[in-house]
Amino acid sequence: MHLTIARSGEPVTSDVMSTTATTAGAKAHARAQHGRMADLMRHVPASTSPIPPEDVRTEQLVWSETVAAGGYTTAVMARGTRIRLSDPDGNACAHLLLHRVDGPHERLNVADTVKVPWRAYLGTGHPLLSGFGRVLATIVADTSAAHDALAGTTTQSGNEAKYGAAAPESGSPAGRELFLLGALKHGLGRRDLPPSVSFFKGVRVTPDGSLVWEGSAGPGTAVDLLLHIDAIVLLANTAHPLDPRPEFTCSPLRVQAWAAPGDLDALNAGDLVGPLEPEHRQAVANTDADLVARGVL
Amino acid sequence: MTVPALVPGAVVLDETVAARAPWSAIVAAGDVLTIVDIEGNQAVDCLLYAAADTAVRYSAQETIARQGRIALTTGSVLRADTGLALMTVVDDEVGVHDTLGGACSKESNTLRYGQHTRAQHGCMENFLIEGARYGLGARDLASNINWFMNVPVDPDGALGIVDGLSAPDKRVALRADVDTLVLVSNCPQINNPCNAFHPTPVRMIVTRPGGQA
Repeated sequence: MHLTIARSGEPVTSDVMSTTATTAGAKAHARAQHGRMADLMRHVPASTSPIPPEDVRTEQLVWSETVAAGGYTTAVMARGTRIRLSDPDGNACAHLLLHRVDGPHERLNVADTVKVPWRAYLGTGHPLLSGFGRVLATIVADTSAAHDALAGTTTQSGNEAKYGAAAPESGSPAGRELFLLGALKHGLGRRDLPPSVSFFKGVRVTPDGSLVWEGSAGPGTAVDLLLHIDAIVLLANTAHPLDPRPEFTCSPLRVQAWAAPGDLDALNAGDLVGPLEPEHRQAVANTDADLVARGVL
Repeated sequence: MTVPALVPGAVVLDETVAARAPWSAIVAAGDVLTIVDIEGNQAVDCLLYAAADTAVRYSAQETIARQGRIALTTGSVLRADTGLALMTVVDDEVGVHDTLGGACSKESNTLRYGQHTRAQHGCMENFLIEGARYGLGARDLASNINWFMNVPVDPDGALGIVDGLSAPDKRVALRADVDTLVLVSNCPQINNPCNAFHPTPVRMIVTRPGGQA
């Protein structure tokens, strides 16, 4: 005879012994879950990825993950890492922040990222700049061309007004709340969350200055980022703030990364995305000069 | 001192900010800050923080996403990254103020104009030194407002700081919706048209409509 407590608080009896009534049983129950696969998970080690990119050997991967709609992920990645963000189903929206690992007050600066290259729209060859005259990453491939550096991510008050909920555990998480969780995992906090960029949902500016939603380029697109410095990568996958659909709409985001240090040389030589613009070359020069002085290069 | 505040009231503060200098004040909820472009086409870089909690700060992205338009003018609500309304533009004699271009700095000067411009004073210097008076640092700087600065986006996505639309004694007025720390850099940039290649002073007037100073 086994005694349990019913929801009402009244003791009840059961003839069936629970498998988790003892520490040994609970441990066995927990351990029996190991090794299971799910559609939405990080693959550790990354070489066990069931979804490797076609152009990369599985054993090269350092990050493989499918992020849920409304989920977030974060990892520290080394200089020379190539990060591919993919939108397999067409409704992912990858909100991105980058912080320098060895001094996270140096981080993505969206104003410099659009002002310095003289370009408001993100695409292949666009540098993602810090506020200190250096380049954190370069967009080195892009089959979507529907991205946004202007409207940022969603906020608690915005999502509560639009969808009725914004908490990370809700069905419509605000991007800023997800960013905050990711930042907190690195010892960072609210002050460390600057404006962000997002991929897979296009926004354009009309001649009168209005923001126009262009939405997704469709399923199956991808964007590749190449890191110039060791970076904290924060990714939130949640509906864009200008998404006009009244129901929260988002689909999984795929993240894959691998070491590609030769790509930095090719980029700088003009062999990866063509000749770099003069502002981009200066940013690479400033970044590399700093790394040389630190003994990294 | 030729023009009055855009919104009449008891004058709480009336100060001139020298060319190239920083400035700050806490504007109490309900008070109105008038910024006067004394000589015309002087960019006034501006950051806002909730005085009660400076981790709640102006967000260019939340502001423009919520209003659906990149430029600021009368009616624009200047929101924090929580969505909170910090200030509202209640009057404007120019019609277009920038939200995208951010601040100049010694470091970004090297990218835009060459390494020889690193020595020049920049808005980031002003923001850092003035913000430090309130315990703020590099982590607290985000995309700022550029009053009187003109940054169009062309149909192909080209973006840039072009000749200003302001003129001598043009004004913009901001009402504080909560007690707001206003951090300003009177832009020292001399390599682009944001200050007509000649930084000049601006004037800050805080008025309390219907109130006693």
